[in-house]
Amino acid sequence: MKENRWRPALKAGFPHTIPIMTGFLFLGMAYGILMRTKGFHPLFPTVMALTIFGGSLEYVCVEMLCSLFAPAETLLMALLIQARHLFYGIAMLDRYRGLGWKTPILIYGMCDESFSINCSVDVPKDIDRGWFYLWVTLLNWFYWIAGATIGAQLGAVLPFPTDGLDFVMTAMFVVIFLEAWLKEKQHWSSLIGLACSAGCLLIFGAQGFMLPTMGAILLALAILRKPIEKAEGGALR
Amino acid sequence: MSPMTFPQQAITIALCVLATVATRFLPFLIFSGRKETPAFVKYLGWALPSAIFAMLVVYCLRNTDVAAHFTLPEAIAIAATVGLHLWKRQMLLSIAGGTAVYMLLVQLVF
Repeated sequence: MKENRWRPALKAGFPHTIPIMTGFLFLGMAYGILMRTKGFHPLFPTVMALTIFGGSLEYVCVEMLCSLFAPAETLLMALLIQARHLFYGIAMLDRYRGLGWKTPILIYGMCDESFSINCSVDVPKDIDRGWFYLWVTLLNWFYWIAGATIGAQLGAVLPFPTDGLDFVMTAMFVVIFLEAWLKEKQHWSSLIGLACSAGCLLIFGAQGFMLPTMGAILLALAILRKPIEKAEGGALR
Repeated sequence: MSPMTFPQQAITIALCVLATVATRFLPFLIFSGRKETPAFVKYLGWALPSAIFAMLVVYCLRNTDVAAHFTLPEAIAIAATVGLHLWKRQMLLSIAGGTAVYMLLVQLVF
C-alpha cells in the first residue's frame, strides 16, 4: 500500500496544475529570453528560477542586476515583494506542518500559484495529502524552471528582433496591479503605492527613489490604517 | 549588460533567495498556529500587495525618457494591456498583447 501513495496523488494533483503550466511556460520563457537579450549567461535564468522561484522578484532581479550594485536596496525590495508569502505561510501553518521531509520542500516552493491550489483544493479522502501538496508544488516549480531554461536557450536564436521585449515585465505588473485594483473595495492602498512611488521618483530620481518609496508606503499605510480598514470593512477580516 | 562583477551578481541573487526563503519560512518558525496573528501584520497582509504592485509598475517605467518621444509607446502599450485585460480578463493574453504592441511601436513607429 505504502509504495503506491504518490501515484494516485500525482493523478489527482496534476489536473489542477495544467492552467499554471501554460502561464509558467509563457512567463518563464519570456523571462529566460529577456535575460539572454540583456547579455547574461544562459545558466542564469535556470539557476534563478530554481533558487528564487518567485516570478515577480526574478523579473525585478534582472533589472537590479543591470543597475549598480546596491545590496541594502536589493534586500529590502526583495523582502517587500515577497512579503505576501508571510501570509501564505500563516494560512498554511496547519496544512504543511507534520509532513516530515516534505514540509521544508513545500514551504520553499510556496509560490503564489502553488499556494492558491493547495489552499483552496479539498484533497479527496483517499488521496495522501502530503503527496498531493508535494506534486502540485514540484510540478509548478518544474514548469517555471523549464520555461526559463527553454527561453534561455531560445534567446540567442529568435527569428525576430527583440527590442521592446522588456515591456513584458511592465505589462505583467500592470495586469497584476489591475487585478488587485478590481478586487479591492477601497483604492487607498493602490493610490498610496502610485502616489508614493511617483512622488519619490520626481524628488529622488530614477537611481535612488526605491528606498524612500518603500518607507513612504509603509508610513502612509500605518498612518491611514483606521480609514483604510473602515473602507475595506477590515473589522470583519 | 550588467555593470556588476560576477561576485556582486551572485550576492544580488543570493539576497533575493534569502528574502524569498525568509518570508516563506518565517511564519512556520514564529507562529504556533494557536497564537493570533498581530492585527497590524494582518492589515499589511491585505493592504500592502496592491501598493507594492503599483510601486513595481512605476519602477518598470522609471527610466522612460520623457523628453525622447513623450513616453507615447509606453502610454499606448499600457492602454492596450489594460484594455485587453478589461475586455477578456485573460492574464496571459493581456501581457502578450501589450508586449507585442510595445515591440511593434518601438521597432516600427518610434
